Amino acid sequence: MSRQSSTSAWVPWLFLTPFLLTFAVFSIVPLGQAVILAAQQTFGPNTTVFVGFDNFRFLATDPLFWTAVRNTTLYAAGAVFLQLPLSLGLALLLNRPNLRGRMIFRAIFFAPSLVGLVFVAVIFSLIFEKRTGLLNVLLHGLIPAFDVEFPWLQEYVLPALIIAALWMFTGFNMVYFLAALQNVSRDLEDAATVDGAGPWQRFRHVILPAIRPVGAFVVLLALIGSFQLFELPWILLAGPGPENRGLTIVMYLYQIGFVTNDLGYSSAVGWMLAFLLASFAVAHRFFSRKEQY
Amino acid sequence: MNAARRPAQILSLTVVYTLLVFFAVITLIPFVWMAASSLKQTADFFTSLFLPGGDGLFGVAWDRLTFVHYHDLFTKMGVGRNLLNSFFLASVTAVLATLSAAMGGYALAKFRFRGREGLTNLVLAALIIPAPLLLAPGYKVLFQLGLLDSFGGLILPALAPAFGVFLFRQTMLNSVPDELLESARLDGASEIRLFTTVVLPLARPMIGAFMLITFLGTWNNFISPQIILQSQELFPLSVAIAQMKTEYSQDYGMMMAGTLISVAPVLTIFLLLQKEFISGLTAGAVKG
Repeated sequence: MSRQSSTSAWVPWLFLTPFLLTFAVFSIVPLGQAVILAAQQTFGPNTTVFVGFDNFRFLATDPLFWTAVRNTTLYAAGAVFLQLPLSLGLALLLNRPNLRGRMIFRAIFFAPSLVGLVFVAVIFSLIFEKRTGLLNVLLHGLIPAFDVEFPWLQEYVLPALIIAALWMFTGFNMVYFLAALQNVSRDLEDAATVDGAGPWQRFRHVILPAIRPVGAFVVLLALIGSFQLFELPWILLAGPGPENRGLTIVMYLYQIGFVTNDLGYSSAVGWMLAFLLASFAVAHRFFSRKEQY
Repeated sequence: MNAARRPAQILSLTVVYTLLVFFAVITLIPFVWMAASSLKQTADFFTSLFLPGGDGLFGVAWDRLTFVHYHDLFTKMGVGRNLLNSFFLASVTAVLATLSAAMGGYALAKFRFRGREGLTNLVLAALIIPAPLLLAPGYKVLFQLGLLDSFGGLILPALAPAFGVFLFRQTMLNSVPDELLESARLDGASEIRLFTTVVLPLARPMIGAFMLITFLGTWNNFISPQIILQSQELFPLSVAIAQMKTEYSQDYGMMMAGTLISVAPVLTIFLLLQKEFISGLTAGAVKG
């Protein structure tokens, strides 16, 4: 291998400099700080008291933290069990042979995911309004028994969040499924058809195994994204919502760190989140490795 | 593929189109609602769902529509400044982060040096650090560096995208042949010239995709500017609109006009560059 014959040893380091410098200052140092902060109680960035493991001890019995975990988990379950099947369904529809306008439909379904969460929240704050909101007026028009004063943002906070997320992310996940479906061998499908496999059998035994890796990846992405939910409820409900029904893990982290100004306790919440997300990634690896055998 | 050979499709093409159109309409309604609401007078919100009814064309009272919300946003609310801030932050971040990631990815893919393995593993490990974990400690670091309430405090931390370095490393491994680099070196090209004239052009698709994704992410980012910026005149649209939502939540028309102004640029860019966007998104998943 004579690849390196004419280059000096410092050349790669020159190219790595911008990344390494900023990475060290804005990722490695804060990561170290996160360890230190998690053992401190602070008021703003300057006043600190060492408390050891007390932050985590307090967290274990902090009812607000567990409310946040509960809300976030339910929201994530909505994403995985409602959104992803719909995404896959749309992808299957779009993958239909001889379909015209595939690019246009894909662009339409994908468009909502370009809208930032803040802006989605503002749009949906009007859509969920009690009497003038689009959703209640439409539902009332379709089903006269449906109350036009239905209190989405007052009592049905979680369904409201899941609906808004459904609008925003279904098309985003669909793009992954569609890309995976387009890699499924048409010959294999045709061979299965010739062998007498019906649509369901083709889906179950040809398509599903072929898109499983991407499916697992999309589930992982949806979980990681859902567990970091913050802006949508924060703007939609102008805070954690009635009885903290819209409180999420990252919202709690934000409130503690930047409203109550305890960066220490906030970091402890951050570590809990990191631990949760890391366990999802480990589970994903475990399942995708098992598949190969 | 002719229809006769594939008789066993679950749904007929007509049903497929009907379903697709149905979901497309549901997807588009909030956009239409936003656009219609931004043109309505406040009084008309209680009497009409989309546009106010009347004797005009298509049964719409066109004369009741108004541009006053847009006018107010620019003259009274200073949204022009927020728009400029968003464009500045998103484009500067996109260009610099892409350059930093492309350089890093190139070094990891195309050079053999001590520490390469360790650095590659470090980049991979960094992928699983969730951004919220670094929120509080990152704030403290910015405070110590005196970067709070400045664009620098937003742009500099964005120049270390581990995900981008990883993507570019994969791209360079696949699409930059060693022979080409070797022969260019033999011809006496300097390393920097080699990078700008040989490597970057070969990585063009990934450069476009990553710049778009970074632009979009920065444009829509709320939590970092919300925490880091104090001065109104530095606010990007996301923070300004969120603030408007708390202070003028009854002014529906203005909120929707502001949101439309914030959303229209990225939607336009997407429509123009759809292919790059989507190939960038799926690059990590399908091939990797």
